[in-house]
Amino acid sequence: MNRSTQLPLIAVLAVLGFVLANSVYTVSEVQQVIITQFGKPVGEPVVEAGLKMKVPFIQEVNPIDNRVLPWDGSPSDMPTKDKLYIAVDLFARWRIVDPLQYFLRLRDERSAQSRLDDILGSETRNAVAKHELIEIIRTTKDRVPLRDTLLTDAERQLNMGTLVPIQKGRKSVEQEIFEAAAEKVQVFGIELLDIRFKRINYNASVRPKIYDRMISERRQIAERFLSEGNGEAARIRGNRVRDLNKIQSEAYRQVEEIRGVADAKATEIYAKAYNQSAESRDFYEFTRTMQAYKDIIATNSTLVLSTDSEMFKYLKGMSPKDAK
Amino acid sequence: MSPSNGSNGPGNPWARGPQSPPDIEELIRKGQLRLKQILPGGSGGAFGIAALLLAVLGVWTALYTVPSDSVAVVQRFGKYLKDVPPGLNWKLPMGIDKATIVPVKRQLKQEFGFGTPGATDRFQSPFPQDAQRETQMVTGDLNAALVEWVIQYRIADPAKYLFEVREPRETLRYVSESVMREVVGDRTVDEVITIGRQEIENEALVKMQELATKYEMGISIDQVQLKNINPPKPVQESFNEVNQAQQEKEKLINEARRDYNKVIPLAEGEKDQRIREADGYRLKRINEAEGDAARFTSLLTEYKKAPEVTRRRIYIETLQEVLPGIDSKIIVDQTTHGILPLLNLDAQNGEKK
Repeated sequence: MNRSTQLPLIAVLAVLGFVLANSVYTVSEVQQVIITQFGKPVGEPVVEAGLKMKVPFIQEVNPIDNRVLPWDGSPSDMPTKDKLYIAVDLFARWRIVDPLQYFLRLRDERSAQSRLDDILGSETRNAVAKHELIEIIRTTKDRVPLRDTLLTDAERQLNMGTLVPIQKGRKSVEQEIFEAAAEKVQVFGIELLDIRFKRINYNASVRPKIYDRMISERRQIAERFLSEGNGEAARIRGNRVRDLNKIQSEAYRQVEEIRGVADAKATEIYAKAYNQSAESRDFYEFTRTMQAYKDIIATNSTLVLSTDSEMFKYLKGMSPKDAK
Repeated sequence: MSPSNGSNGPGNPWARGPQSPPDIEELIRKGQLRLKQILPGGSGGAFGIAALLLAVLGVWTALYTVPSDSVAVVQRFGKYLKDVPPGLNWKLPMGIDKATIVPVKRQLKQEFGFGTPGATDRFQSPFPQDAQRETQMVTGDLNAALVEWVIQYRIADPAKYLFEVREPRETLRYVSESVMREVVGDRTVDEVITIGRQEIENEALVKMQELATKYEMGISIDQVQLKNINPPKPVQESFNEVNQAQQEKEKLINEARRDYNKVIPLAEGEKDQRIREADGYRLKRINEAEGDAARFTSLLTEYKKAPEVTRRRIYIETLQEVLPGIDSKIIVDQTTHGILPLLNLDAQNGEKK
């Protein structure tokens, strides 16, 4: 062979290679592909991953994501049924289930996201406006919160430390938005998988009021602590006085009882001894009187005695007859 | 064309090996020879160089290493083929096979409401006002709280992680924020700030795991840890007031107890003292009475034997004892009457003094 036969061979090989490169394409696991011919979709969408063939040059490959895609709404302020302005931030997950429809109606993801913005945005507004704030905040209807042992019944009656009761809850509001929106996005070949509230917050204009309420609640608790402290202290002081009086009076009572018993016993003993007979009574009277004389007649007493007395009768005479 | 992660970039010693100069010249020469045999003619040199470059590129793109904390997910023409364990591996070159390294053994984390330098993930906003927004939550009693937390997670299923969800880590952030608000929204501000932390962590973990499984993100969440939980700034001071009031309450009660303790135990002791003293009185009283009675009985026995004399004796003895102590004694005759006017008792007393 010579140079003149080689050149066409190389040229043919190059052209073949070019055509081949243009007629095979790969589909990744994360993709599905729409083949378009002069901009018009041709055949079924390719959903199987791997190496694929197409008509070279005239057919074009349009990859479309096959995965679950996130949609993150931007936070927007909206009123609830109870006229509270809140900032709601939603996220959703969606996937392209009908790539052909999707391709025809939306063509690319940016327009898909903006449709989702519109639809989810308005459905969220509708749902939020239909519900009170607490329905969006809370989830479990009958949850009983842990009680702070520091709270009293009075505060519980003021709804402190308790959850605001709900009828439906966050899940069911989410479900409402989801159902309404899922239907509307179907026409775009999109399946909405679920939506969830990401953030719900008080609007900046509402916040000061909420803070004021929280502050007043806390102040109330603080005041209660102080008065509880003072009250308990007063109670303890009262206890002190009561207990002191109780102890002292008990002591007095017991002392007097013991003394009474003692005196009674002594009296009994004395009476038994002195009351044996007329003679003993007489003798007691006599000895006791004698004994008393020793005590009751003091040095500064003036005693006027008669010679008639037993003691001095002998001053007048010594015969018993005189003494009479 | 190059592998997505650069695992077999220029630093790879295996890729450099065959490039040493003598080898190349040798190869070129051999290649030229062979090509000349196959394609006899003048352009053999150009073909040789092209084929050689292809060969080098092939080796270069066929080798890759998988780090020990990872696996590689290999796709052939975009289709999932296999997971490859750590080590040096071959794949088909020139973009036929694509290997993606996924760090399955590494403990990954996401922070919410705060950022540790170097630990933040790509989807966390670096701006403080965004961090602030992440923390703001509404509690189930319609109060506000600022919650910071961390989640620890791993990539459990690399194929799912890569193919099921776009940006699983971003989705994970959304899931985490959403679940934390759901859990906090079911609790009172007191539970969130003080008493319910553990419970919140547990419930958030369970719910996040549920969602991660449901969303098939290939991620498993190991831990949810709450960091700082505060009331909003303007309210913080009033929360402190409550703490102070609590302390003050304790103080007041303790002071009152101190006063109580100062008095009552002493009074108890004094009570016992008085009772014991009374008991002493009782014993004394009875013993004395018995003594007196015994003495009297004995005396009475003797008296009965000679009443007249004994009586007289006692009488005289007593008077003898008593009378000497008296300063003024006046003994009058029984016949004298009206002596009282004669006595100036006061004057007598006066004199004595």
